[in-house]
Amino acid sequence: MTGKLNLAKKDFVSDQEVRWCPGCADFAILATVQKVMPELDVPKENIVFVSGIGCSSRFPYYMNTYGIHGIHGRAPAIATGLKMARPELTVFVVTGDGDGLSIGGNHLIHALRRNVDLKILLFDNRIYGLTKGQASPTSELGKKTKSTPYGTVDRPFNPLTLALGAGATFVARSVATDVAHLAQVLRRAAAHKGAAFVHIWQNCPVFNDGAFDSWSEREVRDDALLKLEHGKPLVFGKSKEKALRIGDGCRLETGPVGAYALIHDETRDDLALAMALAALEPPSPQPMGVLRAVQRPTVDALARQQEDEAVRKRAPDLKALLHSGDVWTVGA
Amino acid sequence: MALKTEAIGLALMIELPLVIVVAQRGGPSTGLPTKTEQSDLFQAVYGRNGESPVPVLASRSPADCFDASIEASRIAIEYRTPVILLSDGAIGTGSEPWKLPDLEALPRIDPRIRTDPQGFHPYERDPETLARPWALPGTKGLEHRVGGLEKDALTGNVSYDPQNHEKMVRTRAEKVQRVARTYPPTDVAGDRDGDVLVISWGGTYGSVTQALLDTRAAGVRVGHVHLRYIHPLPLDLPEIAARYRNVLVPELNLGQLRLHLRGQLGMETVGLNKIQGKPFHVAEVRSAIEKLAPRAKEIA
Repeated sequence: MTGKLNLAKKDFVSDQEVRWCPGCADFAILATVQKVMPELDVPKENIVFVSGIGCSSRFPYYMNTYGIHGIHGRAPAIATGLKMARPELTVFVVTGDGDGLSIGGNHLIHALRRNVDLKILLFDNRIYGLTKGQASPTSELGKKTKSTPYGTVDRPFNPLTLALGAGATFVARSVATDVAHLAQVLRRAAAHKGAAFVHIWQNCPVFNDGAFDSWSEREVRDDALLKLEHGKPLVFGKSKEKALRIGDGCRLETGPVGAYALIHDETRDDLALAMALAALEPPSPQPMGVLRAVQRPTVDALARQQEDEAVRKRAPDLKALLHSGDVWTVGA
Repeated sequence: MALKTEAIGLALMIELPLVIVVAQRGGPSTGLPTKTEQSDLFQAVYGRNGESPVPVLASRSPADCFDASIEASRIAIEYRTPVILLSDGAIGTGSEPWKLPDLEALPRIDPRIRTDPQGFHPYERDPETLARPWALPGTKGLEHRVGGLEKDALTGNVSYDPQNHEKMVRTRAEKVQRVARTYPPTDVAGDRDGDVLVISWGGTYGSVTQALLDTRAAGVRVGHVHLRYIHPLPLDLPEIAARYRNVLVPELNLGQLRLHLRGQLGMETVGLNKIQGKPFHVAEVRSAIEKLAPRAKEIA
């Protein structure tokens, strides 16, 4: 039991059979979300999970909260409407690399741009899994799939640079195989006031197995991943012996720790550091944790404020509205 | 509406109120923006994937849009269904005097929001309307999930059961059919029986009404029904139509209401069709009525 409400993980488990493939990393994400929910100390009737279409989007059925399994790519639109109408609700969006970055790319960037107070969890398995293995917007260049038998010829999105470019006020990344880290990131996202974008690497054991092994496996992840901590040097490696610094041409480069290491600052107003970190791809270490967390007014709060001010200036009066303008009386 | 088709399907599946207002213009594709046409009737009534019935209403003039909107909202809220309200370019760009309504006299719409968790099942239906309970997020004890996948007929949980799917398809269709029980008796203008009944809808109201006055003055026995309810059709319409020798359906399309009347009611009608992005001239409707009423000339 956690918090004033005495909620436990089991309170967030619905009575529905979970229908993902055996071994799917979605199970770990679901369990972690259910574990973190009681810590938010939000009554579960005030929590809504909204999703689109895809494997990840079955998520709301398994949460014992309010939920809506929507249409392909449109979860941010449904969630935006809900949050604008009901600002007191805590609204999560669950999407995937296909749902959120292909058909739903537009809705996603505008939800981030507007800074709607939503927690957006993007499960990225770099494949269309529900439809049995076609290339997705995050499939790596040259990847052979059922829809790309000779390899993809289009460059993938980097979800982090996309979110930062769209003006997201909170951008973070984690991986389903490191549930302790994932839980930390989810807590931070839930606590953020504004649009929180969480990119979660999530292995699909059936259609894209091992997509993240080269950096997420236990034996390599110390060297391949850079765990971000606010106010701490950007160091990595088994014994934190390597550091990131700004090299020639303003590029981030790796050097021995001690000489000079950049200090991570997730609260920086400008995007330079967060974007440089987000853009790191192998063989550079890839960032994990919170890249950016800045405070901006949320659009739902601003809209409410605007409405309140308008009401204060002139009390709503439907009759007066109808009788205003070009109105006349017809004589007998 | 073309762009929102998928969302309309979701709304009818999760059975929540939604009103979609469509100002029809010349199509297909971008077609004739700003020009009027009545060619989205099929899309409104039949244009979704799956067995997906929704009530469809049409307003007849700018002033009528006010009352039509209230009626569309009533049906959407009471029956937990998306409702499509058809307007068109002629109405949308038109204007006319509008008698200010008495707000107190407007009909009340009771959404009957569910708050009692006792015995709550998200898809348990009202025996009269077949509407399901509407529980708002934030209500303790009523947490539930909805979505586009087929639902169990009681719990609303995802169900692939074959019998359940057929039951739900039939129930959603029956729910929409039952909306017709709440319609007022259909208004008939002009003669109560005779040579010609004109059945029209939407922004052609003005030209048809004038054509009726002209032809009646010339001695034709002609009546006029201007449909507010496109789907489901009014229950008294076949009986009204049976009182006339011919039924004329003037439309700014290739005969969508005609085919709808034939399909839904087996009604045979004569079409007057114009697809030029422009409203009917009164003379066009008048001449079509006269062609169906040979006695007119004798009297004249």
